[in-house]
Amino acid sequence: MPGGLDISMVVQQLVNGLALGSVYALIALGYTMVYGIVRLINFAHGDIFMLGAYYGYFAITMFKIPFALALPLAMGLAAVTGMAVERLAYKPLRQAPRIASLITAIGVSLLLQNLGLKFFEARPRPYPRIIPMVVWDVGGVVVSNVQLIMLALAIALMVLISLIVYRTKIGKAMRAVSFDKDAARLMGIDADMVIGVTFALGSALAAAGGMLVGFYYNRISPTMGAMYGLKAFVAAVVGGIGIVPGAMLGGLIMGVAEVFVIAFVSSMLKDAIAFAILIVILLFKPAGLLGRAVREKV
Amino acid sequence: MLRKSLVLVVLVLLIMSAVALGAEEIIIGLVTPVTGDVATFGMSVRNAALLWEKQVNSRGGIQGRKVKILVEDDKGTPAETANAVSKLISQSKVLMIMGPVTSKCANAGAPIGQANKVPVLTPTATDQAVTAIGDHVFRACFIDPFQGQVMSKFALETLKAKTAAMLYDIGNDYTKGLAENFKKFFEAGGGKVVVSETYGAGESDFSAQLTKIKKANPDVLWLPDYYNTVGLITRQARQLGIKKAVFLGADGWDSPELLPIAGESIEGGFFSNHFFAGSTQPAVVAFVRDYEAAYKSEPDALAALTWDACAIAESALNASIKKVGKLDRAALRDALAATRDAQGVSGKMAFDENRNPIKPAVILEVKNAKFAYKSTINP
Repeated sequence: MPGGLDISMVVQQLVNGLALGSVYALIALGYTMVYGIVRLINFAHGDIFMLGAYYGYFAITMFKIPFALALPLAMGLAAVTGMAVERLAYKPLRQAPRIASLITAIGVSLLLQNLGLKFFEARPRPYPRIIPMVVWDVGGVVVSNVQLIMLALAIALMVLISLIVYRTKIGKAMRAVSFDKDAARLMGIDADMVIGVTFALGSALAAAGGMLVGFYYNRISPTMGAMYGLKAFVAAVVGGIGIVPGAMLGGLIMGVAEVFVIAFVSSMLKDAIAFAILIVILLFKPAGLLGRAVREKV
Repeated sequence: MLRKSLVLVVLVLLIMSAVALGAEEIIIGLVTPVTGDVATFGMSVRNAALLWEKQVNSRGGIQGRKVKILVEDDKGTPAETANAVSKLISQSKVLMIMGPVTSKCANAGAPIGQANKVPVLTPTATDQAVTAIGDHVFRACFIDPFQGQVMSKFALETLKAKTAAMLYDIGNDYTKGLAENFKKFFEAGGGKVVVSETYGAGESDFSAQLTKIKKANPDVLWLPDYYNTVGLITRQARQLGIKKAVFLGADGWDSPELLPIAGESIEGGFFSNHFFAGSTQPAVVAFVRDYEAAYKSEPDALAALTWDACAIAESALNASIKKVGKLDRAALRDALAATRDAQGVSGKMAFDENRNPIKPAVILEVKNAKFAYKSTINP
């Protein structure tokens, strides 16, 4: 690159990458949790993320609800939406071949996206300004309060979800269902309820991601779910799909890799190189960075 | 008796034919989408054309002949455009076609005009390929790359910029064409494009590209995309501490939505446009006043371009009728091609050898959360 390396620029790009990566991580968590428990790649997840952003948008603009309340509200609404999608589209197919649910997931994704285009209009909308932007310049590295809030919120939500999965009774039930659904059911665990809760949690996180994207980038559109969903899905796979910390790690790597390719190679090759790196990672660690290679049960 | 009545009949016939000759109307076919996806575009075009029809007839017509505009709706689809153009030529025997409005419709309709040797004048189709269809196809708007030329001139001469950075959508011909032309003319004029960065459609994070641009510290940053992306870029740029660079753009910026998306980050930016409704030039003031009186809304760029197209048509009709004494498509085509200083709302217009207009562009500034007139640039 022209001008050679300089430390403040590297640090700046790292900050940029972490901000972007924290959003990918939030969305990736939903993919990974759902996959972990029902072995389904929920392609509609990116569109739940979009719906979450719009729930927040309407809560703030039409009902004048402050951000601090709009965030949990949007997360709650998205959770309900996620559960409804699970109940209506995936549950009837639970005994069907896996490919049937996968195709259904793609169908639900297109359905939600087109409903979004119909009801929210295709035009991108500016997100309401929630707090005034404050920018700090630390030795040439620019950090804004919005970035910090976004990062802090994302980390807090990830910690919360980890606590739920690893420290609560419902979390234990989720892990049990993920390990062996039938055995869990024999132990008296209501597997359908647990699956519903998993979709709800994943969707709530996606909604939080959607609101953060609106908050940070100030633009939302009904088709925003496609690209973010795809990147987050890849992040989940790289981290090791089905593994909660893997999704967080994968998301952050994804964000940083993308930014660094732009910074040190070329913005034209951004996605090509970022994805090539991911392919290489998967060649060496097929189960993802944190995944253990488990032999398929016969 | 017989002879007397014969003379009378001949006289009556003569008078009638003279009246008919004097009253032979100039029939212009207007092909515009007044329904469908781009109906708002089509309505602006129709409104402006009908306003001109009314005004020109109240002035006594062109060389004593009344103008009649036949409106055909093409619904914004190329197939309907082809039907509409064929119908206007074969059934209504129009002298010329005004329209089509969008580039894809123009590409479908203009070849039919060309094949029948009927002059076609599109007010708004910006695709470069449209006028390449043939020597009977003209347009009133400038083509996309022209704005790159205009803004590079503005950057060099008005802003005295030495270095520029560009950030544009690699997947969009509009932004790519503008970027390439800006670079070409900026560097030909002695400036240097120090960084050129791209992104893909629908992206919303530009921090990595902007961090590189910040390091290069350019005088201007050329952002030839549409308002919704430009707003995100300028916001992130200022946030990352890009303070010196002046933001420059093209007509894609022209939307009231630009300001809520960009916030104060866009203040002090400049973009080129076809026309400025708030201008104090007499031609614009009169047009805006008459248009508002007729339609209760401010004319947009499409209406203004149609007004320009009408002005071009009027001057060419005038010249051709004066020259050959009758309505003649070939004479009209030649007069159109020879257009020198037709006066429209965007200034004096002429055609280059590719039948694209040579006309001034308006530079607007974003000032106090409004678009304000900065200057007019002649190519």
